[in-house]
Amino acid sequence: MISPSDMYGMSFLKRRAMLKLLAKGTRLDGREFHEYRPVKINIGVVEKASGSAEVSIGNTVVIAGVKWDIGEPFPDTPDEGVLVTMAEFLPTSASFIEPGPPDEHAIELARVTDRGIRHAPLIDLKKLCLIPGKKVLTVFVDIYSENYDGNLFDAASRAAVASILTCKIPSFKVGEDENIEVDEEQLKPMPIVKVPISVTLVNIGDYILVDPTFEEEQVSDVRLTFTFTEDDKICAIQKGGPGGISEDLLMEAVDIAFKVSKEQRKLLMGAVKNAQKENDT
Amino acid sequence: MSEECGEVKLIDEQGLRTDGRKPDEIRKTIMKVGVLKNADGSSYLEQGRNKILVAVYGPEELHPKHLALPDKALLQCRYHMLTFSTDERRSPAPSRRDIELSKVIKSALEPAILLEKFPMTTIRVLVEVIQSDGGTRCAGITAASIALANAGIPMRDLVVACAAGKVDGQYIVDLNADEDKLGEADLVVAIMPQRKLVTLIQMDGSLTLDEFKKVFELAKKGCYELYNIQRKALLEHYEKVAKEVSQDDISK
Repeated sequence: MISPSDMYGMSFLKRRAMLKLLAKGTRLDGREFHEYRPVKINIGVVEKASGSAEVSIGNTVVIAGVKWDIGEPFPDTPDEGVLVTMAEFLPTSASFIEPGPPDEHAIELARVTDRGIRHAPLIDLKKLCLIPGKKVLTVFVDIYSENYDGNLFDAASRAAVASILTCKIPSFKVGEDENIEVDEEQLKPMPIVKVPISVTLVNIGDYILVDPTFEEEQVSDVRLTFTFTEDDKICAIQKGGPGGISEDLLMEAVDIAFKVSKEQRKLLMGAVKNAQKENDT
Repeated sequence: MSEECGEVKLIDEQGLRTDGRKPDEIRKTIMKVGVLKNADGSSYLEQGRNKILVAVYGPEELHPKHLALPDKALLQCRYHMLTFSTDERRSPAPSRRDIELSKVIKSALEPAILLEKFPMTTIRVLVEVIQSDGGTRCAGITAASIALANAGIPMRDLVVACAAGKVDGQYIVDLNADEDKLGEADLVVAIMPQRKLVTLIQMDGSLTLDEFKKVFELAKKGCYELYNIQRKALLEHYEKVAKEVSQDDISK
């Protein structure tokens, strides 16, 4: 795929026009600088997945699904389950995206989403251990972009987190000869610790824009993703983009992201609660 | 993560770290430039047990040609670990981590390079991790920046990177592998020291906003210390070159 920074040449004029517009205090789509586009979270969209969610932020659409398997633990964490996060840009996402194995952009997307989930931590991986050192539950979180209009990081994070929060896994029993019995009748939720909420912003000139569109990403200097947990802590940060940012703007960005993460958390938890209620009745 | 801290003591009673350093002390670091004959620019860096070799080729013709940019050079970075650089032998195939690190190293270096001077070409930065002991992406960025300078590529500033974090409730700078793995937080910062710009920031772990700001300051302090070593390495090299050139003149 073509990255926003690689299209810099074409975007020189766009950047100038964008800066003029921002100087007047408006964004191309009329939003406030620190305002998200409408976020829609649709939970349980794929019955065959243990958990799933489709999330749209404006025109950006991402779908995530959770599957599980019984596997071996990593040697350095013999008593913990395994979390595997994968992301792929579907060729439906935009005209310039070609089918193929995940490239550096998809790998970064997966790894940043994974970092938020892993360091929150969202899942209590110790509770996914079946036989220490031998058998544990492996949780696969697979993320696909369906339509790309900027800020895939937050869409991917919301979709992955919503899928895991509403995921149902069977009960497991360890038999005498270390056979694992799977009880698909007795489904239970994923063991949860803390919920990560990512907020992505871009820096264009002296301006900081929350939830950038593709056009905004294209002309931006710096992209920043901050992930917060509900106890007001930062659990992950990632910088991207071809430019640098002053320390003052960086600290301003953290504070903005922190503030915005509160409303985003409400939105996500509201959607999760509704889905759980529907499921119960 | 934090559970393991109880089992392994990362800071002892005297307030010293596993490798004997004080919390705000960076590892012993040496840097050299011009270490490879064929490369347009090169550097070698040792930071504690980290050993990094960087080569810079370019600006040169780009293949495949369709990747060329009409208004600036394409910066291509590769972060690569040798199979014997870690405790367990690494697979020679590039891992997902290597691919992400290549991307963030590019993002950290790009702001400093005047790429617009060389449209349609490529500048290749090859970071080879010969031995790793935590903080190799930072060491790679720090070494790459002096290799770029050694290649004579016009730059706005050097780029220097350093990590800081929190272990056993204490803030520390320049984390080694154990501290990175078992600590409570790891923050990577790259800066352009003269321009006072942050060109890379990455974090994992758990920090409050106040803690983040404190750890950031510590990382920045580490960056400036490493920046002095970068400058010294470049000065030493070119003083030597100047001497050689003037001796050549005399012998003629």
